[in-house]
This record gives sequence, structure tokens and C-alpha cells, in this order.
Amino acid sequence: MKRYDLAVIGAGPAGMATAADAAGFGLRVALLDEQPRAGGQIYRDVDRESAERAAVLGAEYTEGKRLTAKLSHDGIDHISRAVVWAIEDGFYISYTRDGKGAQLAADRVVLATGALERPMPVPGWTLPGVMTAGAGQILLKQSGVLARNAVLVGSGPLLYLIATQMVRAGTPPVALIETQTRADLKRALRDFGGAIRGWPYMAKGLRMLAEIIRARVPRYVGASDIAVEGQEQAEAVTFVKGGKRHRIACDTVFLHHGVVPNTQAARAVGVPHRWNTAQACFAPELDAWGETAVSGLFIAGDGGGIGGAKAAEIAGRLTALRLAEASGRLAKADRDRRAMSLQAAWRFQRAVRPFLDTAYPPYWAALTPGDETIICRCEEVTAGDIRRYAKLGCQGPNQAKAFGRAGMGPCQGRYCGLTVTALLSEAHGQTPDETGYFRIRPPLKPVTVGELAAMEDTAPGTAE
Amino acid sequence: MKPASPFLELDDASRVDVVFDGMPLRLSDGANLAAALLAAGVSVFRETPVSGAPRAPFCMMGACFDCLVEIDGVVRQACMVDVSDGLIVRKPLSGEVLDETV
Amino acid sequence: METDYAIVGGGVVGLSIAWGLLRRGRTVTVIDGEDGSIRASRGNFGLIWVQSKGLKQPRYAQWSQRSAAIWAEFANELGDNTGTDVALEQKGGYDLHFSEETLQATVAQYETLKQQLDGNYPFDVLGHNALRKEEPHIGPKVVGAILHHQDGHANPLRLLMALAADVRRMGARVLTGKTVTDVAKPDAFRVTCADGTVVSAAKVVLAAGLGTAQLGPKLGFKAPVRPQRGQVLITEKMPKLINRPSIYARQVNEGGIQIGATNEEVGTDDRVTQRGLSGLAADAIAAYPALAKAQLVRSWGALRVMSPDGLPIYEQSADMPGAYLVTCHSGITLSAAHARLLPDWLEGTAAAPDLEVFSEARFAVS
Repeated sequence: MKRYDLAVIGAGPAGMATAADAAGFGLRVALLDEQPRAGGQIYRDVDRESAERAAVLGAEYTEGKRLTAKLSHDGIDHISRAVVWAIEDGFYISYTRDGKGAQLAADRVVLATGALERPMPVPGWTLPGVMTAGAGQILLKQSGVLARNAVLVGSGPLLYLIATQMVRAGTPPVALIETQTRADLKRALRDFGGAIRGWPYMAKGLRMLAEIIRARVPRYVGASDIAVEGQEQAEAVTFVKGGKRHRIACDTVFLHHGVVPNTQAARAVGVPHRWNTAQACFAPELDAWGETAVSGLFIAGDGGGIGGAKAAEIAGRLTALRLAEASGRLAKADRDRRAMSLQAAWRFQRAVRPFLDTAYPPYWAALTPGDETIICRCEEVTAGDIRRYAKLGCQGPNQAKAFGRAGMGPCQGRYCGLTVTALLSEAHGQTPDETGYFRIRPPLKPVTVGELAAMEDTAPGTAE
Repeated sequence: MKPASPFLELDDASRVDVVFDGMPLRLSDGANLAAALLAAGVSVFRETPVSGAPRAPFCMMGACFDCLVEIDGVVRQACMVDVSDGLIVRKPLSGEVLDETV
Repeated sequence: METDYAIVGGGVVGLSIAWGLLRRGRTVTVIDGEDGSIRASRGNFGLIWVQSKGLKQPRYAQWSQRSAAIWAEFANELGDNTGTDVALEQKGGYDLHFSEETLQATVAQYETLKQQLDGNYPFDVLGHNALRKEEPHIGPKVVGAILHHQDGHANPLRLLMALAADVRRMGARVLTGKTVTDVAKPDAFRVTCADGTVVSAAKVVLAAGLGTAQLGPKLGFKAPVRPQRGQVLITEKMPKLINRPSIYARQVNEGGIQIGATNEEVGTDDRVTQRGLSGLAADAIAAYPALAKAQLVRSWGALRVMSPDGLPIYEQSADMPGAYLVTCHSGITLSAAHARLLPDWLEGTAAAPDLEVFSEARFAVS
């Protein structure tokens, strides 16, 4: 088995930056990623984009080429199409690639697993045709595929970005149904307006909105009571706005009300997590360099707390400084000197977050949905089921999972975990920290029994 | 024949033959299978084993497992598979377990 | 006195006993742990199993048989009361063998036990071809199996939920999120929890799984139980592949194939390991080759509650009469016995089962 100084899991901005800088300091790095090409979700397939796509997606996307270019370094083994399913002490990383199980060892590990869309369980959200806004972005970035007849639903700048891109591609969305209210924006401006002055993306946000308005895309701000209608697939979105019920026919619905850290791998190795009230999600506990309570295990980028692509890249570089220092390749004083400008840049990138979190809060009705709404897509468990398990004594998600299978399906709770925690917290009057989260175990992603069996003779520590 | 798709493809790529659920399709070579099936007008990828409800891609990033299909007897996420010539794609759990030892 | 019985432990063992006592009109308080507590009830394999048990102690075989025999009645009653189907199936189960030698050796052991049980030990020995008729997906490496007709399986999580619902329906007081720190008997029993909760009760049943090792001595028990890790795998939901369960694999009512289990002495480490999972996967494929293409979706490590000889312990405290210890590693198999037969023992009626051989006296002080 091959041993590396460092294994980085995830080749998005944080993972690419960590790998590139760490290799620059002389570390032998394995960069494992599920996708065929580096970039993560934000820069998905950036090295393969066509001219049309680049024009639609804009410079902020093609910017990712700067990071992918740095991966062609002798010190980096970029192991693409690698689905990591276990990380054991030592560290031994088990993954599947091209239908075969494999394992590598590393002295230190950086999890750069990024973000997931915050689950947005509304009635009808499991119908074909309903996707996350992030999925809409990926369809465009990787495949040049656009929805002809889509409604965007939820809150947050990503909705404006995708709407603008659809306008540019000549297929503007049918409507933008936004759940945040004017009062949210007012509060955000009052409390955090100062922090966003001079923030470059603010101007960009306003430009996007202007573009959407110019294209005459109808906006419904402050929408509530949202549901997707349809039998075999999505046919319309219904909602209430200004006391009036609306129904907008469409083929595709893109849902989005923020992103949350993808904590599956971190939880599986036992990293402690805390509830972040401002971002309404769990985040791992990290020190200034991204190190966790598990010695030698770091987290960089959105997986450690949402900050966006630029902040993720900077976090990756800070983690690389600490790794270089910890492995004796950089003096502590040099590390701290180099870190100063990065830390300032990181703070600058994160300064806008309180404003965004306040102006675009999650759609409250999707945090603790009505009884009939499915919250676990895999096992088709409803919010009402979870409330019933609470009455049967389920204090936390693990007993509720045992009672009703929420979180037992192949997605392993990625799209129901936060909802289950929220519902039990509500039922018992507990904080999310008191309620807790699913116990995440390997396999982090499904692996075939045959792949697993073929690894029977792979004993940790044996030479290759 | 090819159903009308609610999706539009920006790029023109060379096409290869793929069969989905018995239906012959011409998909972009090397494309993401889930995206290519959507672009070809496939709206339902599978029915759930719990209630039989129809499902299709939701996250496109390998996290949700709604785009599951069966290829060579293995159930996989269509959004994590590339299109290649001659690919035979079935809905998962649509048949008996295949036994190759008999 | 708040309650006739305080039951420490809200798993399948504790709730089964609570259910039986409530059914007899006793008042019961169940004191349960937290969401993250070590819970064998959430990790077990779900077999209702007779064969191979009690080869050295026929009374254990009989006790398992008695429970298996009344399981259906118990399951029906739970189903009627709660609407939860615990997915009981008792059509027999297999002991699969990969060599003729182990098969014959096991058959010889079973024959001896059968004599000790006056012939009540119904099993058939199936060669590969006969087995294949019953299990079309069995692999060529399996030389044969012992089909024991008293074996079966159920959905242990539905059992846990049905019990949790039914004890509440019958008026149990269930305290959750508690850690019992002390039990004293100044007059009545006083059970004290870490958060200051005190429950006073006429009798106490200690059914706290691995927690009994710590609490037992406070009540005058040896409680020599230790954890033994079992790693378990489960696949995606599949079409029908396996008809009858074995200790290697069973197809659960939802469709997944459950594959088990390791036996590891690693203390309270309940993690899974690549090595453990790979070994189980290889065995499962040897038994059912079609499993090679199945996706494994979950795995877990559960901690068995093991006594030195693997048999249950039923004991009334000599120091504190009215305090009882109940512990076993076959809480699902014995659930029906605990619900329907154990209350007579706790109440000291004439109908009490004779559990003398399961007393702690068998563990000599060394």
C-alpha cells in the first residue's frame, strides 16, 4: 500500500489549493476526488468548457483554471473517480475506483468535501423535475444542459446567479419565487450593512438582479406555503404571496435555500460538531488552521463552515502552511508571517456572510415541514412520522432512525439529517446540539459487496 | 421514439447508441449519463422500492442517490457515470437477481 | 411508593419485561438512556434462533425453544395493540457449511442434544442439491446445511418500536435521557439518576445491557458481562434472493440483505473496520455469489452483551431482595419469554419458570 505525507479528499477550491501548496512545500500528496476532472462543484469541468458555456457562466467560473493548472505537480497524485468510503486511524483510506476497491495510507488527512444544498422538503419535492439549484448549475457547467421551462424557488444569491446564466443562454426562468422577505433585507442592511460596503460581489449581485429584471423574469418575494404539483413529474409550483395563491406551470423546479457543510466524512471519523445558529447548520470544530480534535485530521473550505469558493481556497492555503510546519518543512515564524495576508483575505471573504445569512434566511417552513411532507427521500419518511417517534421517546435522531428508517437509505441522511434534528428539537424543546445528529459510519458511499470482498487480503500497513 | 425534452443542450457532440429501459437513444459521447438522459427526454429514472414513486436526478453531485440506474447488474448513480457506446441502462430492481454461477 | 417496578434499561429486554408486568396490572417505570447510549437493541441481527444454542446446557436450548414457540402469539398481540407488524417469519433457518467435516461434526452435536431434549429438536440435513432447491441462489462452495425448523427471524427495530408504543399505551412511565448512578434500599428501592431524578419502587429489574457491569455490584450482583463486537452489513433493497435466514445472511422484510457478523473482543470500540467488513463480504459471497454485485449501503458495529459462558443471567439479589438482574445476548429470541414467562418469576408465582441454572452461582469466584 502506498503511503503519502498527505491525503486530500475533494478536488474543489479548498482541496486543490491545499494539495498544490502542500506539494510546493515538498509533501507527497494524494488528491482523491469522485469526479473525472478536478474543480469540485463550483468549478466543475472548468478545463473542458466550451466557448458558449464560458460566455454563459462568466469569468468567476473560468477563474477555476488557475487552480486546476497547479495540480500538474510531481508531488501530487490526483486520483480521480475515486469514491472514498472509509477513513480509519493511521490514516487508511479505502476507496472504490473503476469498480475496484483500493486503499492508501497517509500521515495526515485534509477533508475538503465542500457543501451540500440545504435540504428543502416542501410538498412534491421528490417528483421528477424537481432538482436543487446546484444541480441546475452542474447540468450547465458539466454538460451544457439547460432547463427550458424552469421555476427557481427559495432564497439566496445562487438563485440570481443561475437566473442570470439562464437569461444569457436565452432560456430565462419562468419565474423566481423567493422566500425571503423585504423585512429580512432591511434587517440585514441595518445590522450588517457596514460590513458589505466595498465588498466587490455586492455590485455584482445588483448587476445580476438588474439583468433578471431587464429580462422581465417575474419575481415573487416573500412567498410562502410552497408546494410542487404533479403526478409522474413536476407540473407546477403553487405558493401564497400577498395573501393570494398563485400557480405557475413549469417542467423543472430548482430549489435552493442555502448550502450547508457536507459533514459526512468528518462525522464518520469522530470530529466534534457544533450548531452554528447564524448559518443554521452543524459545523465541525476547527482551530485557525483547520485542524480538528482528531489529531492529524484537517478540514478546509465549505465543509468547515460556509464561506464560498474564495474563502475555501484561502482556507486550503492556510491549512497547507500548518501542514508544512507540522512536517518540519517550514519554520513556525515563517508560517505565521505567510499566514497574515491570507488570514486578512479570509476575513474579508467571510465579512459578507452575516449580511447574506440575514438577508436570505432559510425558508422556515422547509426546516420543520408539515406532517405530510416526505423528509427522508430514500426511505420516504414524513415529518409526521418523526413527530410520532418523538412522542414514543426518541430524544435524538439515532433512535428515530431505528424506529422509522429515516437516514438508513443510500444517501445516509445527507438530505434528511438536518430536518430530523430540527423536528426532534422542536418536539422536545431542545437545542440542535442537545438533540444531536445521526451517527455516520462507513461506507460513506455505497460499495459493492464484491469490491469489499476483493479487499479481504489488504491488511493495513502491508507494503505494496 | 425520442421524447420531447424539457432540457436544451448547448453543445453539439458526437453521438453514440445507448439503451435506457429498452428504449434506444443517441446520447453525447463521454457526457454525464444523468444529464444526457435528461436531455434526451427521459423524465423518470426509476421507481422507489418503498412506494413505487417515480424519481429522477435531484442533486447531480453524487449525494442524493435519486438517479439510480442499473448497469451490468450493478445499481449505480447515473450522475457518476459517463456515456459510452453500447451502454445498456435499466431501471434498478426491474428484474430478478442475476445469478452467474448457475 | 411511586411504582411497583423500576426497570433500568429501555431496550428490547427491559421493555419486554415491562410489557409483561404491565399486562398483569403492575405499575412500571422504565428508566432509559440517551440517544447515543450503547444499545444492542439497535444493532442486533434479528434472528429468533434455536439451533446451536445450549449444546453444553440443554436448559438454555429449552428456554430458547419455549420463547420461539410463543413468539408468534406475542407478535400478534403487539401487532393488534400497536398496528406495527414486526415481520416475524418462523419457517426455519440454516446453519450453512463449507466443508463436509464441519457439517457432520455439527450434526453429531445436534443428535446428542436432541436425545437430551427427548427428541424435541426438529432439523433436517440438506446436501448441496437439496439446499439448492430451497435456496436457488446458494453458491457452489456450500456443501450443505442444517435446516432447523424452530428457527426464524423478525424485524428487531420494529419490535423495539412496538414495545415502546405498547408499554406507553398500557400506562408505563418511561423516563428517557437518564443515566442511573445509584440504587439503594433504605426501605423501598431508591433509584438515583445523574440528573437528580429519583424513582422509588417496590422492586427493581436491572436490564441495562452492558451498563449492568457497572450498576450490578451496587445491588449485590457480580454482573460479569463484557462487550463483544459484531460488525454487520446491509445491502440496498433487492428482489427476493434468500428464503430462509442463516447466521451469514438474511433478507429483511424491507428487501435489504443483512450480512453478519464478526465476534471481536475489542472492549467498547463499536466502530467498523475495512478488514472486518471485507471478511464478512467474502463469506457472504461464498454463500450467495449473486451478492457480489449488491451495493452495501450501511454497516455498523454492535456490542453483544456477553456473560462468561454466553448464557443469560437471571438472578435475584441476595443482598437486596426484590432486585433482579436480567441479561442476555439473545434479547430478540428471548423477548417473548421475557414478556410472557418472566413476570411469573419476578412475581414469585407458582407458574414461575425454573431459571436456577441461569443464576450467577455458576460463575465461581476465582
